[in-house]
Amino acid sequence: MNKCYLGIDIGSISTKGVIIDEDNKILASGYIWTKGNPIKAVKDLLKILREQFNDEDYKIVNVGTTGSARKLIGAMLSASTVKNEITAHAIGTISKYPNVKTILEIGGQDSKIIIVEDKIVTDYAMNTLCAAGTGSFLSSQAKRLDVDVEDFGKIALTSKNPTKIAARCTVFAESDLVHKAGSGYKKEDIIAGLCRSIVLNYLNNVGKGKKIKSPIVFQGGVSKNIGVVKAFEDVLNEKIIVDENSHLMGALGVAILSKQEKEEHIFDFNIIDLEFETKAIECQKCPNHCEIITIKKDNKIIDSWGNRCERGTI
Amino acid sequence: MSNKTISFPHLGKYYIPVEYLLKKVTNLNVSPSPPITKKTIDLGSKYSPDFVCIPFKYNLGNLIESLDNGANILLQAGGGCRYGYYKEIQEVILKDMGYKFDFYTLTEEGKVDLKYIFKTFKKLNQDLSFIKFAHYALLTLLMIDYMDNIDDFIRLNIGFEVNKNDFTNLNKKMLKDFTKCNNFFTLTFNYLKYKRKFKKIKINKPKNPLKVGIIGELYTSMEPFSSYFLETELAKMNIQVKRFTNVSYLLLKKKFKKNKMLKYAKDYITYPIGADGLDNVYRTKKLIHDGYDGIIHIKPFGCTPEIGAMPIIKNICKDYKMPIIYFSFDNQISVEGIKTRLEAFYDMLMMKKGGKQ
Repeated sequence: MNKCYLGIDIGSISTKGVIIDEDNKILASGYIWTKGNPIKAVKDLLKILREQFNDEDYKIVNVGTTGSARKLIGAMLSASTVKNEITAHAIGTISKYPNVKTILEIGGQDSKIIIVEDKIVTDYAMNTLCAAGTGSFLSSQAKRLDVDVEDFGKIALTSKNPTKIAARCTVFAESDLVHKAGSGYKKEDIIAGLCRSIVLNYLNNVGKGKKIKSPIVFQGGVSKNIGVVKAFEDVLNEKIIVDENSHLMGALGVAILSKQEKEEHIFDFNIIDLEFETKAIECQKCPNHCEIITIKKDNKIIDSWGNRCERGTI
Repeated sequence: MSNKTISFPHLGKYYIPVEYLLKKVTNLNVSPSPPITKKTIDLGSKYSPDFVCIPFKYNLGNLIESLDNGANILLQAGGGCRYGYYKEIQEVILKDMGYKFDFYTLTEEGKVDLKYIFKTFKKLNQDLSFIKFAHYALLTLLMIDYMDNIDDFIRLNIGFEVNKNDFTNLNKKMLKDFTKCNNFFTLTFNYLKYKRKFKKIKINKPKNPLKVGIIGELYTSMEPFSSYFLETELAKMNIQVKRFTNVSYLLLKKKFKKNKMLKYAKDYITYPIGADGLDNVYRTKKLIHDGYDGIIHIKPFGCTPEIGAMPIIKNICKDYKMPIIYFSFDNQISVEGIKTRLEAFYDMLMMKKGGKQ
């Protein structure tokens, strides 16, 4: 029986999972939409992973979770490692590209840049107040143009003359886009312009003041969009590496991190059949009204958080 | 006892010495604002201009809750930036809301002057003699200084306490005993007694712990609620914390340090840039010199003096390869976002130090 490790990355838009062996080789992987229901998404993901998984030769000895729902899913799967997405992405990418110097990451609602020196993270930044330059910006504009976001990249590449779009702010970009479409610009030029604007926005916000050095690895859901990759190459004038598993780097990273745990905790796929329920309670013991989240497994509370003091303990 | 109640906004634990002083030198009922909660900041944000800095909103929320609790005299401090205008604007807002009260400040044009403060207190208590006032004012200043000294010690060690809450509980007890003192002798005696007790608290501190310095704007540095309890989070991660800003620094030490700071950081800054801008440039260099592992810079969203200092701080950190992270606090910010960035910062420092993430 060989040991293997499960890593799950639950983002705002998509849920990703990998099972790796001792040598960080990916044995099984899955990628599905979160659709605002992380618990169901994880169950669906586990079903996909179970189909690819050889349970006669391997057993999962540790679980790691990352992404915005890491805590909830960590409690659900009794994960031994619950890690923020910045570290998880860095570890995952460094394991595949040991020389990497810059990691560009654009996900559904966040985008980040990680600067690496000799396999060590030396600086990072993450978008703060604004969604401009993230995947959700692209998908909302795709909807407006009535194009599948998956086809965005291909269409963008057919453009010979990308339209300039004012993209400092998502809402104003939309007005500009409507205006450009109304004044007769071609659809592919507008789409190519959007891909370019997302890159400029990213570099001006998240990448501000950071030295972007080659090798550059681009990942996150948006890296699947060849239009954006092309725009990055044009703007930075450098080669951009996009791994075939670029969307799985966070999951891979947290699976690798779970290997470092001293204690092992065998994971069972039967968890798919258990009932999980979350509930938000507003604590009434002082005017702060902390919102306490509880998670129940088969009607028994297994974890709770969100209270600021002992009075809110459940 | 009169039917007049005086109240004032919160800043960390400093309500204790302020309440002490007011009780000694006035005949009023003294009642600090109710503790800060989400309700405080919701109230403050509702009645403040949207783009004002966050301490204004906390202060205004405090004052509204005080007035609702029956206060009819308010006291505000004031300082060297927009803080200097808080009182004027808050007075107008609160009067527009229909409250009736008197409003006083402790500083005049951002400067602390004992004579000015005496005049203010004289209005509150006509029988107050200057001798009595001076005695208690100096005693309060000394109390604040002692309090801050102990706080510095706590920050260095609380991340490593063996029994949870040992430091916090002893600190509470100490502050309670401080307020029972009426002269310099008993206050100093108590301070020394507690200092020994603090040193005896069991800690499990490694030889070379992770060390982080907090620099930035004063309110977010000193009011834990406004930084989402940053120092508590750092303590949970077993980090030794150094913070320069406290009231005794601002009141007593700052003005004597200007030339020293300018000289020390002369490669980066040639004149003061308002509020604590120069101080934070100096501190960045100092933390690097003292072998700290990382720096956390905090400020309210839109804090002008700190925005001026940040590019200089960035340059210093780039030159010395010092890890630094910046937080801007606002009532719209997501706590999860702060936690994620802070965790990543911790991981980065650990990686750099060569430990396990």
